[in-house]
Amino acid sequence: MSVQTRWLGRLWPRTAKGKRAVTGYLFMLPFILGFFLWFLVPALVAVWLTFFDWNMIQDPTFIGLENFRHIFRDTLFLQSLKVTAYYTLGSVPVSLVLAFLIALLLNAKMRGMAVFRTIYYLPSIVPAVANAVLWNFVFSTEFGLMNALLRALGLPKVPWLQDPEWTMPALIIMSLWGLGYTVVIYLAGLQGIPEVLYEAAEIDGAGRWAKLRHVTIPLISPVIFFNLIMGIIGSFQVFTAGYLITAGGPQNATLFYVLYTYRTGIQYFNMGYAAVLAWILFFIILGLTLLVFRYVGRLVYYEAL
Amino acid sequence: MAMQSETVSVRRASGGRPAIGRLVNGERLWRALIWTLLLVGACVMLLPFLWLVTSSLKTELEVFQYPPKWIPNPPQFQNYIDAWTTKPLRHPGFGIYLKNTFFIVILNEIAILGSTSLCAYALARIDFPGKNFWFGVVLSTMMLPGVVLMIPTFVLYSRMRWVNTFFPLTVPHFFAASGGGAFFIFLLRQFFLSLPEELADAARVDGCSEFGIYRRIMLPLAKPALATVAVFTFIWSWNDYMGPLLYLSKEPNKWTVALGLAMFRTFMWQRTRWDLLMAASTMMIIPMIVIFFLAQRYFIQGIAVSGLKG
Repeated sequence: MSVQTRWLGRLWPRTAKGKRAVTGYLFMLPFILGFFLWFLVPALVAVWLTFFDWNMIQDPTFIGLENFRHIFRDTLFLQSLKVTAYYTLGSVPVSLVLAFLIALLLNAKMRGMAVFRTIYYLPSIVPAVANAVLWNFVFSTEFGLMNALLRALGLPKVPWLQDPEWTMPALIIMSLWGLGYTVVIYLAGLQGIPEVLYEAAEIDGAGRWAKLRHVTIPLISPVIFFNLIMGIIGSFQVFTAGYLITAGGPQNATLFYVLYTYRTGIQYFNMGYAAVLAWILFFIILGLTLLVFRYVGRLVYYEAL
Repeated sequence: MAMQSETVSVRRASGGRPAIGRLVNGERLWRALIWTLLLVGACVMLLPFLWLVTSSLKTELEVFQYPPKWIPNPPQFQNYIDAWTTKPLRHPGFGIYLKNTFFIVILNEIAILGSTSLCAYALARIDFPGKNFWFGVVLSTMMLPGVVLMIPTFVLYSRMRWVNTFFPLTVPHFFAASGGGAFFIFLLRQFFLSLPEELADAARVDGCSEFGIYRRIMLPLAKPALATVAVFTFIWSWNDYMGPLLYLSKEPNKWTVALGLAMFRTFMWQRTRWDLLMAASTMMIIPMIVIFFLAQRYFIQGIAVSGLKG
């Protein structure tokens, strides 16, 4: 036996607890390595950048806390934060519920469901650029589909993309077309509910509502929780809609936080301040996520835990 | 979990479903309602795709005509041929882009399914010290906007001489890093947590290793979730524009389909060729539709039948 294997043998734990620890970390190994190389290293660089003025061409110059001080003078920072919060409140709850209802319908065992599922997912894969052109048409004041619909209902037309009051509602309506991802995740969750539970509930005389309330919702709650957390994380970082369709306007009404960060860093060559903005968002999302885990997480039902 | 074994016995004792006959009418009405709701929704959801397809059959001028025409007359099928064949000098064209994209996508499927399911399994099913800490780490990697990580990462890759290679677009995925890694870990963790523990216990008693339980019991049970991960991975790496733009744009022989598509904006005509862009976009999303349609089977094939009977 070589020295090496004897060394390994001593390292390999004897107790059940120790064995679990080693197995756990072996399973985690790819992620942990990846975390250090692809997240921690660039993230530390981003921390370092917050103390510098860097236009990405010349060498960074140290400016101490100037980037942090700038936050308090920056009205666009507050505006972008407000816009992003508005979008999150407007889009996350609605798409969470709507996607769940659609998934319930799509889960029915009926003919043609494969086609329906594909159709509901389609908008999520239409390339962003093509999508942007389409939505400019849909929300066009004179010829747009949305205003044609309003006219049919006898309502006045709305300047969707010109009036700062209406632009965000327009983008929130638009975001509902992207709920295909959420629907697919719900569907996968619904498939995981054992059929026997429904059969048992039927025997006990449960109707559709009771089955939904006492079987489906508890068993799918880990997935609802996942979609809620990802909805918050995702919508706080929404970028494409503001970038491609409204370019942050009109009057910064759709200047999303990440769009503002992107502009500061990549377009105005102020990478140090962009790093500060990014870290602030990081802590905002972290705080929100912790709150949700604390107050919503306990409602989630897990089989194993 | 006691609940489940009880239900099995209840079902056997009663010998099947309740009388179906009296339910038939209500059931039919219910189905008609579901179908109608889905159909209305489907018409609304189809809108962007239909618009893309009709635009792809228009002339350059018609694409922006107000009010938009929904049925181009005559349809410009030539757009598809032009989109496929036109290419800048010394560019290999869409055949090669397609090959490169498939190469990246297939590697990423293997990498992501492997690395994220391992990590998710540990976070859901193995009781190791620091588990909650690492779960928090997984989530927090999604909370920092990618913009600020992009530049340091790019500098790192250029020091490593990885720019203009496929490495930056594939290697990180073997470590569940960058892009959807953390998202998939969280997703799979939620699914692993909802699987019954008895099966794993039974296997453990039989002397099965933890890896064996993961590989032979949990992975097959998590098929719907794994299919979801596989589909999302396909679509995200197929559509990924930022990655190839940063790391492959100077090397036309290594271009992906998404890069080829972007060429219709500005690259060759000093203006966006919307007609060709729309035709190429339509062609680009067809493989995704096919993949999604095929993956259906696995979404439907739940854990309902496997494992728990008997």
